[in-house]
Amino acid sequence: MAPEKIVLRFGAETSDKPIIYRLIKDYDLIVNILKASINPHKEGTMVVELTGDRYREGIEYLKKQGISVHPLAQEVVRNNERCTNCGACTVHCPTKALYLERPSMEVKFNGDECVVCLMCVKVCPVKAMEVRI
Amino acid sequence: MSVERTYKDINTRIKAGKAVILTAEEVIERVRKKGVAQTAREVDVVTTGTFGPMCSSGAFLNFGHTRPRMRMSKVWLNNVPAYAGIAAVDAYIGATELTEGDPCNSNYPGEFRYGGGHVIEDLVARRKVHFKAWGYGTDCYPRREIETNITLDDINEAILFNPRNCYQNYNCAVNTSDRTIYTYMGTLKPRLGNANYSTSGQLSPLLKDPYFKTIGIGTRIFLGGGIGYVAWHGTQHFPGILKDAGGKEVCNAGGTLAVIGDLKQMEARWLVGASLRGYGASLTVGIGLPIPVLNEEILACAARTDDELFAPVVDYSEDYPNARPGNLAVVSYAQLKSGKIKVRDREVPTAPVSSYSRAREIACILKEWLQKGEFLLGEPSQLLPGPEAGLSGRQLSAN
Repeated sequence: MAPEKIVLRFGAETSDKPIIYRLIKDYDLIVNILKASINPHKEGTMVVELTGDRYREGIEYLKKQGISVHPLAQEVVRNNERCTNCGACTVHCPTKALYLERPSMEVKFNGDECVVCLMCVKVCPVKAMEVRI
Repeated sequence: MSVERTYKDINTRIKAGKAVILTAEEVIERVRKKGVAQTAREVDVVTTGTFGPMCSSGAFLNFGHTRPRMRMSKVWLNNVPAYAGIAAVDAYIGATELTEGDPCNSNYPGEFRYGGGHVIEDLVARRKVHFKAWGYGTDCYPRREIETNITLDDINEAILFNPRNCYQNYNCAVNTSDRTIYTYMGTLKPRLGNANYSTSGQLSPLLKDPYFKTIGIGTRIFLGGGIGYVAWHGTQHFPGILKDAGGKEVCNAGGTLAVIGDLKQMEARWLVGASLRGYGASLTVGIGLPIPVLNEEILACAARTDDELFAPVVDYSEDYPNARPGNLAVVSYAQLKSGKIKVRDREVPTAPVSSYSRAREIACILKEWLQKGEFLLGEPSQLLPGPEAGLSGRQLSAN
C-alpha cells in the first residue's frame, strides 16, 4: 500500500499525548514524520506519511482524539498582487512561515517552513493565500 | 512667537511647490530631533493613512435608462442585491450584502466568499459585472426586467459613500472562552490565543487629530486611491476620551467619518473585497487625511507616537456580544505592534487586521500629491464634533 501524506492539527489538550506511539503500537503503521511543530499545551501541526493495512483504523483513532486530519495539498502560495500585508494570518501560522517583518510591518512568507495546514487560506480576508495541487 | 497658519497660507505654499509635507511617521522623527515648536515652524502638513476592512461602506450607482424605460424595484449585481428603493435607475450597493443564497453560517463558520464589497472591487477593477433588475411596470416606465453585463465605464455615476469609516480607535479583540470564535476582528483562538487589533496607530488619521481641530465637512482626502471628501461625521461618531478610575485620560474612544468620492477615479488596489470567516463580507478601504499644521497644538497631536496611543483589550466571547462595558487591559500601539501583549498576566500574541505597511504607503502617496501641487487642502465648512460634544451610543431595546 502506497504511503499517504496527511496533515494533523492538534489542539492544546492533545498536543502532549503520545499519539504517534499509539499509531505504531496499536495499528501497526509505518510513520514517517515529514514536518512537525508541536509544543506542550499549545496547538500543533504535523505532516506525516502513513503506511499500513490498518491505515483507516489509525485515521479513525486520530479523529477520536480530536485531531483534525487533512490530506496534504502540495503547496500554499501567496498571491502577492492580492495580499494587502495586513498580517491577520501571522498569528494563525503554526510554523511562523508567515510573519511580520519589523519595523516595516510587511508580511513575509517563507514557503520552506510551510506545513500546508491551510489555516492562512481560511483566515485571509482577501483570499490572497492559494492552494496549488 | 508660536506659529499660526491658515488653510489659505498653506494652499498658497502648496501651489508654489514650497510647502513642507511630512508623513505622520516622518514628523515623529522630526519632533524627536528638533522639538515641537521648531517642527511646527518648519512643517505645513502632516499626512496620515489607514487601510483596513471597513463595514458601513457602499456606493450609489445610476445605471442609465433602458429603452423602453424601466423603474427598477429590485437590482442584483453579480447576484448580490443592491437597494433600489431610491429612484428609477438608482441603487445603493452595500459592502456587507451577500450573494443570494449564500449559506452564511449554516455551514459554520461560513466563508462569505462574495458580497457587496467584492462587487465594488470588481467595478473599480473594470471587470464585467452581471446586472439584473426587476420592476413592476408603470405607464411611464413599462419595462419589467433586464439582464445584461455592465462595467463601471458603462454607467452614469458611481459615488462611493461610506456612512462610517476610518474609526479613530478600535478595540483589540481577544477570546477568553474555550472555543475558537469567528468575529469581524478575525478568527480568535480560545483561552487568549491571540489578540487582533485594527488601527494604524501613529499613522491613523483620527488619532492624529483627536480633538477634531482640523477635520470637518469638506476636508479633502485620499479615498480608495482617488480623491474624496469628508461628508459628515460618521454614524456612531463617539469621539469621547476613555478615562481610568482616577480620571486620567487613557485613550480616544471612537470618532468616525462619513466619506464620499467618485468611484470612477479610484483604484482596486485601495478598495478590496473582504471575507471575514464566520462573520460576513466587507470592503477594505484605503483612507488618508492631510492634517494642516495650523499651530503648535495641532502638530503636537499629529506627532504622537505608538507609545502614546492606546487601545482597550476587549473580550469578544462574552463581554462584546452581550454589550457589557469594560476591558481586560489597555495597551499601547507600540506593544501591539511588537507582536505580544500582556493580558491577565499571560503573554498573548498579537496580529493586525488592518495593514500598517499600506497605511504608510497611503501617507506617502498623499504627501506626493501635495508636493506636486495636485492636491490642495479642503477647508472644512464646519468642523466635526469633538470629545467635548459628549456624544455617546444609545441602546436599542426590545419591547
